[in-house]
Amino acid sequence: MNKFGFGISPGRQIDYDSNNREVARYIFENEPSFRLCIECGGCSATCSTGNFTGFSLREINILIKRGENDLVRNALKKCMLCGKCTLVCPRGVNTRNIVVLAKRAFQKSDEYAL
Amino acid sequence: MKIEGKKVIWSEYQKEIADDNYFYVRSCIRQNFFPGSEVAFLRIMRDVLKKDVFEHPCHTTCSGIGYHGDVVPVETAMTVVARQFSLMTEAGYTNYVPSCITSFGLYTEILDTWHHFPEVEEKVRRQLKKATGREFKKPENLAHASDVIYKFRKEIAAKSKYRLINKETGEPLKVVDHIGCHYSKMFPSKGVGGAEYPYVLTGMIEEWGGQIVDYPERRHCCGFGFRQYLVQANRGFSIACSKEKFESMKPYQPDMIITNCPGCPMFLDRWQYVINEMEGKRYGQNGEGIPVFTYEEVAGLVLGYDPWDLGLQMHQTDCEPVLKKIGIEYSPEDKYNLAIIPSYSDSHKLINV
Repeated sequence: MNKFGFGISPGRQIDYDSNNREVARYIFENEPSFRLCIECGGCSATCSTGNFTGFSLREINILIKRGENDLVRNALKKCMLCGKCTLVCPRGVNTRNIVVLAKRAFQKSDEYAL
Repeated sequence: MKIEGKKVIWSEYQKEIADDNYFYVRSCIRQNFFPGSEVAFLRIMRDVLKKDVFEHPCHTTCSGIGYHGDVVPVETAMTVVARQFSLMTEAGYTNYVPSCITSFGLYTEILDTWHHFPEVEEKVRRQLKKATGREFKKPENLAHASDVIYKFRKEIAAKSKYRLINKETGEPLKVVDHIGCHYSKMFPSKGVGGAEYPYVLTGMIEEWGGQIVDYPERRHCCGFGFRQYLVQANRGFSIACSKEKFESMKPYQPDMIITNCPGCPMFLDRWQYVINEMEGKRYGQNGEGIPVFTYEEVAGLVLGYDPWDLGLQMHQTDCEPVLKKIGIEYSPEDKYNLAIIPSYSDSHKLINV
């Protein structure tokens, strides 16, 4: 590729038409409280893992809803499922179940085809 | 909304374009990228439309490329522009017509600055006098060369040999218009149709038989962006912009692209080659690229000029698919025959000093 000395920078546009939103759809179906999330960040603030790594459940929720699944798959492995995020959520979202469902969705298919 | 109301609103999006007696200034980069375009403009204006167009051999760069590339300060640019105006004043003209969109944007910006800050104008006048001994009057009318062609689009259509229609199907060609960002995005009132509905190229295409494609990224930048391209490491951003446009227009299967800026045809044309080399993608029909033209080239084609006289062999994306669709007669073996020099009967008039 690089006989030109540069490459094509990837776009930063969120393309809802081409992104695969199957993981989000699976979570919406199995954990309807996912719709209540207002991305306040309470979960991330209290997260034990987040204190020591770059893990943020708030960021993961947004990425899943956008369909930017590639960024989510490895990040999910950091969660210890302690459930503190569920305790602090002001909207009563079952955040721990969201992580479990997302992991299950990724396990079901490499290409997120559920 | 009632039709009358629409007409009133649309009238606010028009600009005044002079009828005759133009002082024409060329672009720095167009003469290298698309050398036939400016000659075609002069031939059309003088031979077809019988207008008075004057060129001054002492004209230099407007310094806009350096200004937007962050290497020329604005006061320097203003003094260079003041010298261009002094050449126009010296030649006795008042209607200034730049070939370049960035020049047009810079002239517009400078005239607006002088309008709001007369002390800056006075300072530039003093600087010019001190440096060169010259004085100048501001142009009474400033129009881009595409504005002038737009103004006479009906006259060109009346004298055209070809229409932008697919000869085999009888359908109008699907044309993507791309307006240079410096045309009306900075000063909307100075462009036909303003920033939201720039009509300058659309008007030409509709008049000459084509059909405009309205696609999502229609007003997106071509990717030139000056400092994006001038530094090699940043060119990935430049090509990403062009790629976004191509991806957006591809589903509409456009036959060709028309532009009115020096940089846009260059990048929309060359980046198609680079994207194909890097990713193996082509955006036109039948595995071909989408030919990119300047408005002078399209005007020249509909008037029946020889494609190779218009410099279409300088395009990296082959233009032959469009020539075949329209049914334009051309000689494929002469495409790169440099021994054939265009024989303009009026070549002595191309620079008229």
